[in-house]
Amino acid sequence: MNGLRRLLRTPEAVAGTMILAVLFAMALSASLIFPGDPQAIAGPALLPPFQDWSLPFGTDRLGRDVLAELFHGARTSLAVGLVAAGAALVIGAVVGTLAGFAGGIVDEVLMRITDAFQTVPGFLLALAFVSIVGPSLGVVVAAIALGAWTGPARVARAEVLSIRERDYVAGAHVIGMHPLEIAFREVLPNALPPVLALSSVIVAAAILTEAALSFLGLGDPNRVTWGGMIAEGRAVLRTAPFLSIIPGIALVLTVLGVYLAGEGVVETTAVRRSLS
Amino acid sequence: MTALLSIRDLSVAYRGNGVEVPALQGVSLEIEAGERLAIIGESGSGKSTLALAIAGLLPGAALVRGTIEWSVSQLQTSRSFTPPSVLPDISLARGEIGSFAVGSPPATLEIGESSDDSAISPLAREMSGRTEGGVKELQPKFVPLLGRDIGFVFQDPSASLDPVMAVGKQIAEVAHTHLNLGGPRAYAKARTLLERVRLPDPGAAMRAYPHQLSGGQKQRVVIAAAIAAGPRLLIADEATSALDTIVQAEIVSLIRRLVAEDGMTLLFISHDIALAAELAERIAVFRHGKLLELGTTAEIVNAPRHAYTRALLDAHLGLDTGPLRRIGAPA
Amino acid sequence: MSTPLLAVSGLTKRYRRGGKAVSAVNDVSFAIEPGETLALAGPSGSGKSTIARLVLRLIEPDAGTIQFEGGDFRSLGGAALRAKRARLQMVFQDPLAAFNPRATVARVLDDPLRIHDLASRTERPRRIAALLERVGLASDLAPRAIHEISGGQRQRVAIARAIATNPSLIVLDEAVSALDVSVRGQILDLLLDLQATERIAYLFISHDLGVVRAIAHRLAILDAGRIDESGDARAVIAAPQSAIGKALVAATPRLDRNTAL
Repeated sequence: MNGLRRLLRTPEAVAGTMILAVLFAMALSASLIFPGDPQAIAGPALLPPFQDWSLPFGTDRLGRDVLAELFHGARTSLAVGLVAAGAALVIGAVVGTLAGFAGGIVDEVLMRITDAFQTVPGFLLALAFVSIVGPSLGVVVAAIALGAWTGPARVARAEVLSIRERDYVAGAHVIGMHPLEIAFREVLPNALPPVLALSSVIVAAAILTEAALSFLGLGDPNRVTWGGMIAEGRAVLRTAPFLSIIPGIALVLTVLGVYLAGEGVVETTAVRRSLS
Repeated sequence: MTALLSIRDLSVAYRGNGVEVPALQGVSLEIEAGERLAIIGESGSGKSTLALAIAGLLPGAALVRGTIEWSVSQLQTSRSFTPPSVLPDISLARGEIGSFAVGSPPATLEIGESSDDSAISPLAREMSGRTEGGVKELQPKFVPLLGRDIGFVFQDPSASLDPVMAVGKQIAEVAHTHLNLGGPRAYAKARTLLERVRLPDPGAAMRAYPHQLSGGQKQRVVIAAAIAAGPRLLIADEATSALDTIVQAEIVSLIRRLVAEDGMTLLFISHDIALAAELAERIAVFRHGKLLELGTTAEIVNAPRHAYTRALLDAHLGLDTGPLRRIGAPA
Repeated sequence: MSTPLLAVSGLTKRYRRGGKAVSAVNDVSFAIEPGETLALAGPSGSGKSTIARLVLRLIEPDAGTIQFEGGDFRSLGGAALRAKRARLQMVFQDPLAAFNPRATVARVLDDPLRIHDLASRTERPRRIAALLERVGLASDLAPRAIHEISGGQRQRVAIARAIATNPSLIVLDEAVSALDVSVRGQILDLLLDLQATERIAYLFISHDLGVVRAIAHRLAILDAGRIDESGDARAVIAAPQSAIGKALVAATPRLDRNTAL
């Protein structure tokens, strides 16, 4: 609770947390507020927003409730964003720790692999992966993580290289701890803070990548996604721009909220580190 | 012996996490001009805080009460103008100090007060708790006290030097800032200073970077920079604690020589009472932020009045005779 | 003549600095008997800390042999080396840096017990309490975080960790240099007490000859990676023969307590 209070001291953190709270509420309550299939026909097609209060954001080309789609789409965006970022952080942290701690040939090999993945633009990599394997939520998550793990890997490795020389790591060797235990129990937890600082950027990028993939039609066709909504709205952009604009605004706010909240977390953890 | 500065009832507390942690409590002390005074204490005794308070280096969040008065006449040097001794706010917002008629007696100002408010800029008046002794001066501009009138030597020479600037340039910077020397003259002054601190091959040392020097050599550079502007007071805060025994002895002897040559007052902060006793004329013993005992070195070492002082002396492990700790023979 | 506990011979370690090879440790040989304290003293850069790390095999020597408890210590590897480490422990200079910043006292003492299977999980808390008491700490210190306790307490915990596995030799690298003077004496007393009851040998590295004189049986003086002089600690300090020995003794501050005042 003390941490939360400290977190909420910066205006960025407050704004970000509020946006994220709304987002989470949307995602969690989607089934409650809008039970049933969001892709079911709810009313007349292309109803503009704020005209019928049972359909506050109007309907799309097929008459589906935009607000319901927005709520359900929040689930997908959040799920993909968080899971993909989580996977990227875990993979990156493990690879970085192994490379930094083992050194030598292991380090060289792992870093060249990291280089290979890093030189391909993340979005193209995801695009290629989904095109080959096929569009489904799991594949999209894997595709995004494939491009995003290299950043955390480098940061983790840099931290580990410095922590490796500390006395307490030598102390762990001296008491006879197994090197793998030292790497993952003594070193990695202390290498995490800068890695975690990347998380907000990775989550934001993951959400955007998923939206872009859906926009191109490579997302999961069975789910409502904001990217898909924007794609759908492209055909009637002149006559019913709200169909693309509304999910677009939702995307912008989400990414902004994630980023601000992440910055707030970095602020508080950084301050705490310097005080301790 | 006139006092160079007079500390009265100084209390310093740091604010952290909503709690006030006292670092110094009601310290009163006079430092005589030209003397060598050692401040002895263990960790948490407040000795470093005292040094920082005198030098005006306390963080902005520190709460300061009490006064530090400086005697202007003692601060005057043979330079063409005498600097006022108002310390700037830590945030380095500088203000103007009014001027007074020449011929007014050397005056001292206390923290938070001024005998003539109109002469002090509003900014100076607001710098409560952090200004030490203003002075009615001839010059309308004021110059920071630290570096010019006070030289400060910190414990870690690596942290005191800019790692990406050649050592000669760093000393020249001090000469340029405080003595208004232009480029080549500042460099010449830096070279002279490196010779004074007995750095081997001063010419090459001028171009060396800090990482190319040993700990002892770095500390010599730091001392050179500290005395570059000819300060009246040299504060050495655990200046030798990070050095090995032999280098420590060399640096201490260097400090003793420089202080004698330039007629500086020395404030030597240390946890090592034997080291202090070899260097200082008077010793002040601090504990938990309070000044416990103050006396000449002979008094403190041979006839300490406080039990804590006696305990510190007893705890010293020296090469001289004294009750040997019993060591069992290896079985 | 009994075999020494630790016998080091021809220990050498070179580093490359700026394109040329520098010998940090150059053909160093010494031996430590069981229950004895050998001090290594010398200026910074003389190689004392490097020797400590070589003996512990935290870094590998370029040449030389290390015989420990009658066996070739350098030939051990993997699990055998880790098992042998129970007998050879270390206490560091900075008691704060010597521990994982996230550790608690209990975890610090639990690790060696767990790794070397010295107590079952249910037994360990009792052993930890016993270790804490052995080094003069209250057993209720166990749940505290390392950064919460004082420097002197931390060093006691470090010593508790070192004796947890019943070592025969402990390497102490400037172990009291970072402590307050009043605490220093207590820690030295503790070390002497442990040596007397558990018969632990110490390799004691220090730049402070006063401390060396209080704790060591023998002293070796190092300079630029070589041992310049060695012998009975008090004798060497009273009458050093080497240039560095003389310089060290001369540089040590004297406290002249002329009690006839």
